[in-house]
Amino acid sequence: MKNLIDLHLHLPLGKKEETEDMLHVASELGYKSVGIPLPKRSRQDLTNDLRKVCISHGLDLITRVDLSPKSPKDLIRDLRQLRRRFELVSVNCQSKAVARQAAKDHRVDLLVFPSINPRQRFFDLAEARLASQGLAALEVEMASLLRHCGSHRVRLISCLRKEVAIAKRLKVPIVISSNAHDIYEMRGSHEQISLATLFDLESNLAREAVTRVPMSIVKRNREKLSPSYVARGIRVVRRGKSCDE
Amino acid sequence: MHIDSVQHLDEKRLMKAIWGKVYQLFGEVGASQTALSKIDYNEEQAILVIRCSHKRLESTIAATAAITEVDDEASIALRVVAVSGTLKALRNKLSKRQC
Repeated sequence: MKNLIDLHLHLPLGKKEETEDMLHVASELGYKSVGIPLPKRSRQDLTNDLRKVCISHGLDLITRVDLSPKSPKDLIRDLRQLRRRFELVSVNCQSKAVARQAAKDHRVDLLVFPSINPRQRFFDLAEARLASQGLAALEVEMASLLRHCGSHRVRLISCLRKEVAIAKRLKVPIVISSNAHDIYEMRGSHEQISLATLFDLESNLAREAVTRVPMSIVKRNREKLSPSYVARGIRVVRRGKSCDE
Repeated sequence: MHIDSVQHLDEKRLMKAIWGKVYQLFGEVGASQTALSKIDYNEEQAILVIRCSHKRLESTIAATAAITEVDDEASIALRVVAVSGTLKALRNKLSKRQC
């Protein structure tokens, strides 16, 4: 499968051997790009080192920051400080107010709902309506399906089924990522697509959720972060002398 | 499927884990519809060949993908290497990959 992307690979950044192992497995599974969450205060040399390791495995690094704000104010502050430093911004929506703010803010790329308690997952119709007007996509992390079992997994699948149905209805983009913490939680595209059928995401949509959708988000953000970007719809085509001269 | 595990796993334990996960996710009726059976297991290359109904291919792959441990101890990941309608085509695909 072309342009296979895993937007959330949780690398143990301090452990070189395990990091190398996970990147090797990602490459073997056919991924072309991997999104790696970095600490908010990460230094540029860490990113550069990581990029070199990724390139050595034939992978393209997508820098990502995971925000877990307690209030909409915290979210806005974090976005102001961090948006231009990372290619991807995801928000762990732990309250309804944060979820709503994240869905309508154009600087947020991914909405994540980590809880398995249906009352603490805020992706309802109102949230989806806001997300469809903005740019945020719903991120489904497959590792949570693998980690939970029994009644917890039943609840999680049920929540995901409802959320995916709402996202499909309001045309909110869906992204499937692994959120793997070790090589045993990493899965290939075929497995991801099959697992997505558990919560009624059709194969063609699931395929897009691991290829086209994440690719378009990354492409859009890279364009925005490039020096030639001025504003939406405006970019520098050529630099030269002033027209008057 | 390629089996990624540090521990040595015999085919009985593997198939028990797969059946267990199929039961867990789809119940007895769903499990019966998969028509799951083992064809071959190459311990050296850690390649397991299984047969299932093509109508329940996605369910079978979902069940094998959901396996993360065997007998609550060995960490494991089962990953699809190739899917084919006939064993001959499957073996061709596998030999091409090894080349």
